[in-house]
Amino acid sequence: MAEIKCVELCKNYQQGDAVIKALDHVTLEIRQGSFMCLSGPSGSGKTTLLNMIGGLDELDSGAISIDGERVDQLGKSALADLRLHHIGFVFQAYNLIPVLTARENVEFVMQVQGVPPGERKRKAMDILREVGLEGMEHRRPAELSGGQQQRVAVARAIVSQPKLVLADEPTANLDSHSAAHLMQLFCELNQAHGVTFLISTHDERVMRYAKRLIRMQDGKVIDDREQVPS
Amino acid sequence: MTLSLRMAWRNLWRHKRRTWLTATAMIFSNVLLIFMISLQLGSYDMMINNTLQAFSGHLQVQQAGYNDNPKLRTSIPNAQALADRARQALPGFRVTARAAAFALASSEQRSFGIQVTGVQPEFEPGVSTLPGLVSEGRFLQDPDAAEIVIGSVMARNLKVETGDELTLLGSGRDGSFAAGVVTVIGIFDSGSNDMDRSFAEVPLNYFQETFAMDGHGSSIAVSVDNLEQIPAAVTAMENLVRDGNGLVVLDWNALHPGLQQAIKADFASAWFMYGVLIVLVAFSVLNTQLMSVLERTREFGVITALGIKPGKLASLVMLETVLMSAIGLVIGVFLGTLVALYFNTNGFSYPGMEEAAERFNLPGDVYPSVSAIALLLGPVVVFMFCLLASIYPALRLFRLRPVEAMRAV
Repeated sequence: MAEIKCVELCKNYQQGDAVIKALDHVTLEIRQGSFMCLSGPSGSGKTTLLNMIGGLDELDSGAISIDGERVDQLGKSALADLRLHHIGFVFQAYNLIPVLTARENVEFVMQVQGVPPGERKRKAMDILREVGLEGMEHRRPAELSGGQQQRVAVARAIVSQPKLVLADEPTANLDSHSAAHLMQLFCELNQAHGVTFLISTHDERVMRYAKRLIRMQDGKVIDDREQVPS
Repeated sequence: MTLSLRMAWRNLWRHKRRTWLTATAMIFSNVLLIFMISLQLGSYDMMINNTLQAFSGHLQVQQAGYNDNPKLRTSIPNAQALADRARQALPGFRVTARAAAFALASSEQRSFGIQVTGVQPEFEPGVSTLPGLVSEGRFLQDPDAAEIVIGSVMARNLKVETGDELTLLGSGRDGSFAAGVVTVIGIFDSGSNDMDRSFAEVPLNYFQETFAMDGHGSSIAVSVDNLEQIPAAVTAMENLVRDGNGLVVLDWNALHPGLQQAIKADFASAWFMYGVLIVLVAFSVLNTQLMSVLERTREFGVITALGIKPGKLASLVMLETVLMSAIGLVIGVFLGTLVALYFNTNGFSYPGMEEAAERFNLPGDVYPSVSAIALLLGPVVVFMFCLLASIYPALRLFRLRPVEAMRAV
């Protein structure tokens, strides 16, 4: 999975009397195993594009398909299943469940997927070790630093081995050391497991990790190029 | 403990004060409901007992059809012998034989139609409170004596006192003319105007002789210690009269059909008041859960974005309500049971109640019932209403749109 095709995506938002073009005829293809960044100023349409690909919002027009399946034509329940089983999300504000420990946050999605408790626990511990949080599994989000919380969020996103990870400004609230550590982790996962990463960011340092960089402005793709990660 | 249960439990304590306030409202209402329902059921038991102990007893053996159409001919053969057999067969119960007829009672100055009942002086006080309500003179003692005990209003109407004579005129069981002269030896004041005006008791032997009963009686009345014994007593009496030529055993429901209806009507009207209390508690739960859902909009948005379906979130909210209601249920039932047990042991009364009860030869305290229904009915209804109240907040989650929800502050 994770061959993504976006064709002529359009999405407008009403803001008072004004119509904001969040996506303006965006067309792009994302190959399996890609590691790409969406960059651009605030309001350029990066988050909207991620939301559309993840099935979190509805298109005004256009078509999105993942491995040939039209995401924009799926019902709510099918979209939820798609997100649950095939897409991992990492948000800017970590968005962990505050009453659950680090391990329970990672386990939560697996529980809904129907993974047996023993396997759930083992996988959660493995992934927390992989993101460098061994020994912190019993801490709740409030007891973790911003970087640690984001790593829990990453662990939660990838524990079920999705083929696609959508990350919206994942380093925005992190210091440079934590941001670098997180990006290295993404790179490792991309290389080791072939996970497709689509990351929206303002951060030039993050863009350096990308193999493909797409620049957006006013809802349009203004630049799309391959690059060698540095 | 499953992850969902852990999550629900911890969510409950994110706002300890709010959760405790809501749970305390449930606890208070549960304690109040337990006390009021147990008191109500206890007072019904007392009301039934007092009504039945006044005269009819908890059950009676009669000839089939007598209860609907009481006639001298619709009678029980060898009534006293049957009562003796019942006493031997049912040693824990109090049994007496009776016969009743209508007669014209005449004093020197006046005549009135009355119901005269032949009773066994030795056994009647075990079944009826009437002997204890004799305010002038004494109750019957000699089973053969031509004596009569009458009500206070009847005494005033006939202008007689203890020691005066009354003439009884009526029709015997065999259709013959029945007549006798009896001495008033006691006047009772039952508190019931009807009874005091028209009711009189004479010894059963004298009655049977005067009214040509040939050993027949109208009923065998049985009294038990508490209402729970009635089904066993009915079964035992039915076994005793199985081959008894059309005899039937009637419990208090059949003897006093209006009593059960009055209790049902009273219970139904009381539930209106309970309903107000329960709805108030349910609204408190609705408010708490709605607040809880609204302030977690962003969190629910994220969870939905991860692929969790609204039904799962709704079940989480319902689970939180179940846990909170369970706290209210368990603590409320525990405290409510303690209160009910205390008053069940010590009795409950309010000012003036004892004086009023004393006039009717009745106990002055109400003893709340501590049955399962009294202790659990109210709290279970509260629990169910609280669950119903959480349906609306849970349903809101089905309208959640992940992108909008994640933007919520």
